[in-house]
Amino acid sequence: MEPYARGRQLLNDQPGLAIVAVAALLLVGDLFAKLLGGGLTATRFGGFVWDGLVIGLLIGLAGIGLSLTYSILGFANFAHGDYISWGAFSGWAVAYLLAGIDRYAAGGLLLIGAGDGPAPGDVGVSITNTPLSIVAGLVVAVGFTIGVSLLIDRAVYRPIRDADGITLLIASIGVAFALRYLIVFFFYSGRQGVTDISRVPAYEIGGVVINAHELTIVVIALVLMIGVHLLLQRSKLGKAMRAMADNRDLAQVTGIPVEGVIRTTWILGGGLAGAAGYLVVLTQGTIAYDLGWLLLLLIFAAVIMGGIGSVYGAIVGGLVIGLASRLSLIWLTGDLSSFAEPVAFGLMIFVLLFRPEGIFGGVSTA
Amino acid sequence: MSSEPAADGVGEEPAGDNAVGDTTETADEPPLRVENLRKEFGGITAVDGASFEVADESLTGLIGPNGAGKSTTFNCITGVHEPTDGAVYFNGTDIAGLAPNVIANRGLVRTFQIARELAEMTVLENLMLAPQRQQGETLFRSVLPPFRDGVIEEETELREAVWESLEFFEIDHLAEEQAGNLSGGQRKLLELARALMTNPDMLLLDEPFAGVNPTLETKLLDRINQLRAEEGLTFLLVEHDMDIIMEHCDPVIVMHQGQVLAEGRPEEIRNNERVVDAYFGEQQ
Amino acid sequence: MSTDWFQTSRLTQFRELLERSDVALVLTAMAAFYLLFLGIGAILNYDVAGLISILGQVTFFTAVYALIVLALNLHWGYAGLFNIGIAGFMAVGVYTMAMLTAPPTGSPPGLGLPVVVGVVGGMLAAALVGLVTALPALRLRADYLAIVTVAISEIIRLTYNSPAFSTFTLPGGIALGTGGASGIGTFPSNPIQAVYYVDPSSAASGATPIGAAIFGFFEAVFGVVRSAVIVDLTYGLVLAVVVFLVYTLLARVGNSPFGRVLKAIQEDEVVAKSLGKDTNRFKIKTFMLGCALMGLAGVLWQGFGTGAVYPQAFRPELTFYIFIAVIIGGAGSNTGSVLGGAVFANLLFLLPQYLPNIIEQTFSIQADPNNFIAAVGPIAAGEIAPLLGYILNQRLPALRFVFVGVLLIYLMQNRPEGLLGHRTETAAAVDLSEGHTPGGRTGSDLTAPDERGVDDE
Repeated sequence: MEPYARGRQLLNDQPGLAIVAVAALLLVGDLFAKLLGGGLTATRFGGFVWDGLVIGLLIGLAGIGLSLTYSILGFANFAHGDYISWGAFSGWAVAYLLAGIDRYAAGGLLLIGAGDGPAPGDVGVSITNTPLSIVAGLVVAVGFTIGVSLLIDRAVYRPIRDADGITLLIASIGVAFALRYLIVFFFYSGRQGVTDISRVPAYEIGGVVINAHELTIVVIALVLMIGVHLLLQRSKLGKAMRAMADNRDLAQVTGIPVEGVIRTTWILGGGLAGAAGYLVVLTQGTIAYDLGWLLLLLIFAAVIMGGIGSVYGAIVGGLVIGLASRLSLIWLTGDLSSFAEPVAFGLMIFVLLFRPEGIFGGVSTA
Repeated sequence: MSSEPAADGVGEEPAGDNAVGDTTETADEPPLRVENLRKEFGGITAVDGASFEVADESLTGLIGPNGAGKSTTFNCITGVHEPTDGAVYFNGTDIAGLAPNVIANRGLVRTFQIARELAEMTVLENLMLAPQRQQGETLFRSVLPPFRDGVIEEETELREAVWESLEFFEIDHLAEEQAGNLSGGQRKLLELARALMTNPDMLLLDEPFAGVNPTLETKLLDRINQLRAEEGLTFLLVEHDMDIIMEHCDPVIVMHQGQVLAEGRPEEIRNNERVVDAYFGEQQ
Repeated sequence: MSTDWFQTSRLTQFRELLERSDVALVLTAMAAFYLLFLGIGAILNYDVAGLISILGQVTFFTAVYALIVLALNLHWGYAGLFNIGIAGFMAVGVYTMAMLTAPPTGSPPGLGLPVVVGVVGGMLAAALVGLVTALPALRLRADYLAIVTVAISEIIRLTYNSPAFSTFTLPGGIALGTGGASGIGTFPSNPIQAVYYVDPSSAASGATPIGAAIFGFFEAVFGVVRSAVIVDLTYGLVLAVVVFLVYTLLARVGNSPFGRVLKAIQEDEVVAKSLGKDTNRFKIKTFMLGCALMGLAGVLWQGFGTGAVYPQAFRPELTFYIFIAVIIGGAGSNTGSVLGGAVFANLLFLLPQYLPNIIEQTFSIQADPNNFIAAVGPIAAGEIAPLLGYILNQRLPALRFVFVGVLLIYLMQNRPEGLLGHRTETAAAVDLSEGHTPGGRTGSDLTAPDERGVDDE
C-alpha cells in the first residue's frame, strides 16, 4: 500500500506536476501512434521540430535579456520587444546598404526599401550571396541596440531607479510606444520583404528541408548563448548579478557596483535582443515595425516558464515555447492551426498557476 | 465598546460547522489548545514541537527571549503561516492550515507586534472596517436602493460604536487623521481597538502596550478583565514588560528556542531556574 | 484698481468652485473642449451640420473613454488589480451581443434575440470570462497578473479571429459564427435610431413624429439638412447619461463597507484577512463587475458607435490607450477617470486627427515626400517644407504615439499620481464625522491631546 499512499500524496501536493505528467504521456503516446500509423510522416515531424528549434532559440536569446532585466532591475520590461525591432531595423539597414551600395543609392537602401526603394529580389541579400553584409548587419544590430538600451536607461529608468515595479513597468510601456512608432516614423508601417529567397540555398537532411539562413541562426544563437554562459560563470559578474537579483540594497552595502552591474545587464540584454531581432528577420525574410512586439508575449511566456532571473531558464523556456507552438500543429490541423499561439500562452498561464517561480525558479542568475 | 453580540447579530459563532479534523466538544475543552506545533522555514526551525493550552476566560501570558518563536506561533495559530506539523484546536476544532479570514470569522483574532494600521485610511475608517459580516460588504446590498437603506442604518450604528471605542482609547481627537500619521503608541492603541471591534471570542495580543503610558495601560487592562468577566473573552498576551505579566497574567507560558519551556503561575515562573537561565543565557 | 481686485476675486472663487465640486470641474473641462473644437470647425470652414458633427464626435469619444476608464479604475484604483486585458473583455461583450442578436439567416448566423437581451448577455459573458480569468489569476502578484491578462486578451482575440469559429454549430443545430478575421458585418442598428426613424435600420424609411419635429427645428433655425449628425449627437448625449449612471454606481460601491474592504485589501491584504474579510471574494466580485462594464463599453463603443465588430479592433494597443487615460486622470478617483478619459479622447485622440487639416488650411504645405531621407535631405539646402510635409501628411499618427509614449514616461517620472491622484475619499456610506466633537472629554485631562497617554516613536 505504501507506493499508493505516496502516489496519492504527490497528486495532492503537486497537482500541476501530475497533470503535466499525464498530459505528456498522452501526447507522446498519440505522437507515436501517428508516426507509426501514418497520420504523420517522419519528415513532417522533423520539420516541426526544426522550426520549433529555430524559433525557440531566438525566443530564448531574446529572453535572456528580459529575464536579467526582470530580476536585476526589478520590473517587467514591456519595451523589450521594441529593442528587438530596433535591432532588426538598424542591422538590416546596414546589411541592405552594404549589399546594394554598388548598384543603388544609399538612401533607399538605408531605409530598407521605404518609399520607392529597391526590392529585395534586386538587392539580393542572402548569406551565400552577400555574407559580409549579413555579418556586418549583425554587428551593427547588436551595437545599436546596446546603445539604445543604455541611452534609455539613463534617460528613463535611472531617474526613477527606486520606484516600484509597476511604475517602472508603465514607464517601459511608454518607452515601447515611443520606440515602436519612431520606427514607423523613420521607416514605414507595413511589412517589407528583405531577403532574397531564391538565393538562399536549402539542404535536405533526412528528408527535412533546412535552409542556410536557419542554419546560420542556430549557429550564431548557440555561440552567443555559450558566450553568455562563460561570461557569467567565469567572471565576478555572475556573482555580482546574483547578489543584486537577491537584494539590491544589501549588494550596494557590500560594495557591489550597482550601477555598473545595471549597465552590464542592459549591455548584455540589449545586445542579445538586437541580435535576436536581426536573426528573426533572417529566418522570416520580412521585416515590420511590430515584429518584436508580436514576439514579446511569447518571450514573456518563455521567461516565466524558465524562471525569472535564470539564463538557462530563459533558454529552456524559449525552446519549450518554440517547440510547443510548432509541435502543437500536429494536433491542431486545418482551421485549428490558428490556435498554436494560444497554446503557448495557455502553457504560460498553466505554469504560473502551479509553479509561479518557473522551472528553474529559485535558482538565480547563471 | 465592541458591539454587543446579542443586539445586532454581528459576529455570532457559526454553530459547529465544517469541522477540520478532530472535533471533541467536551465541556472541559479549552478555547485554544496547541499540540506539537512545528514550523520550519527552509533550514530554520522556528517552532519545534510546542504544546500548550489557554484556559477559558483567562488572561494567559506568553513570554520568552527574542527568537523563542512567539510571533511565529501566533502566525501559525491565526493562519498567516501554515504549520509544518502539529495541530491547533480552537473550541475543539483543528484550525491548522485554514485561511486567516476563516479563523477570524470563528472568533479568533490577533493583533500584530508591529502595528499594521492601514496608513492611508483614517482612524475612523480603520475601525469601521473591523466589525465582521457587515451588511454592506456585499456588492448588491451596498448599491441597490432598497438594500442600501439597511446598509446606511448599520453604518450609523457602527459609527456610534466606533466613536465610543475611540473615546475609550482616548484617541478620538485623532479620528479623522490618516492612520499613518499617528505615533507608534497611538498606532498600537488603534490596533487593539480595531481587534476588539471584531467582536472576538479570543484575542491574541502581540505586545499591545508598547509605547502606551501607564495610566492608560491600567485602564486597558481593567477593560480586558471586564471583558473576561462579563463577555467571557479569553486573552493570550505576548509581552516583554515583566511587570504586566507578573501582575496580571495567570497562567504564564514560557517559550524558548521554539519549544514550551515552562508553564505555571507567575510566581512559579519567576522562580523557575530554567526560565532564568534561558533569559540570562540569551544575554551572553 | 478696484475692478482688478474684483476680477481676481472672481477667478479665485471660480478656482475654489473647481476644487470643491467635481461636477463643476467636469463641466468646465467639457465646455473648454467644446469651444476648442468649435474653433477648429470654424477654422476649417465647417457648416453648421459640420459643427454639430464635430460636437457629436467630442461627446461620443469623451463618453466612451470615460466609461471604459471608469471600469478600469474599478479594477486598478479600487482593487489594485493590474488588468491590461481590457480589449479582450470589450471584445467578449460586443461579440456576444452580436452573436445573440444577429439574424439566423445572417452571415455569420446568430440567435436573432432582441437588442436588450444582447446587451445584457454581452455584459454577463464579459463578467463570466472575468470570473474564469480571476479565479486562478488573482493570487498572482501585480506584474504577473498584467502579463496573464494581456495573454488572455490575445487568446480571446485570436479565438474570435480564428477561421475555426467563423461559423459553427452548437449541439441542437443552432448555428453561430464569429466571422473570423472579417468579423461580424451586421450589427443591430443603434437604438437611438428608433427614436428618430420609423425603421431604425434605415434612414430612408422616414422620420417619426419626434424625429420630424427635431429635424424640422434644426433645419429651420440652423439650416441643417443632414439628419445623421443630429442622431449622432443625440447618441453622444445618451452616452453621457450612461457615464453619469455608471459614475454614481461606482461612487456607491466605493462609499460603502464593500469599498472600505477594497481599500484595505489594496493597502494590506494580510490585515484585511486577519479581520475576517474573505479577500478573494471581494477581488473576484470587483473584477467581474469591472469586466461587465468593459463589455458594456464595447457594445456602446464598437457596437452601436462604430458599428464594426472585427478582431483587429481589439488588439492590446486599445488597452494601452485606456491605460494612459487612467494614468493621466489618476488611479483611485472616479472624477479623475472621467477627466482623464476626456483629456485623452479630446487632446490625444481627436485633436491630432484634425491637426493636419488645420495646418494645411493655414500654411498650405505642398511637399509630400514618402520617405524620411527625401524629407530631410533638402534641409541641407535650407528647405524644411519637405520635412513638414512628411510629418503632416505621412507620419502624424506615428508621432502621436511617440508623444503619448514620452508623456507616459514623463508622468511616471514626475507625477505618477496623475491629475487627481489618489483621492482620499472616505469609504463609508455615511459621514463618519457627524454627530461627534472629537476631544469632548472633561475632567483632569489637562495635557495637550497629542501628548496624552502615548509615547512618540
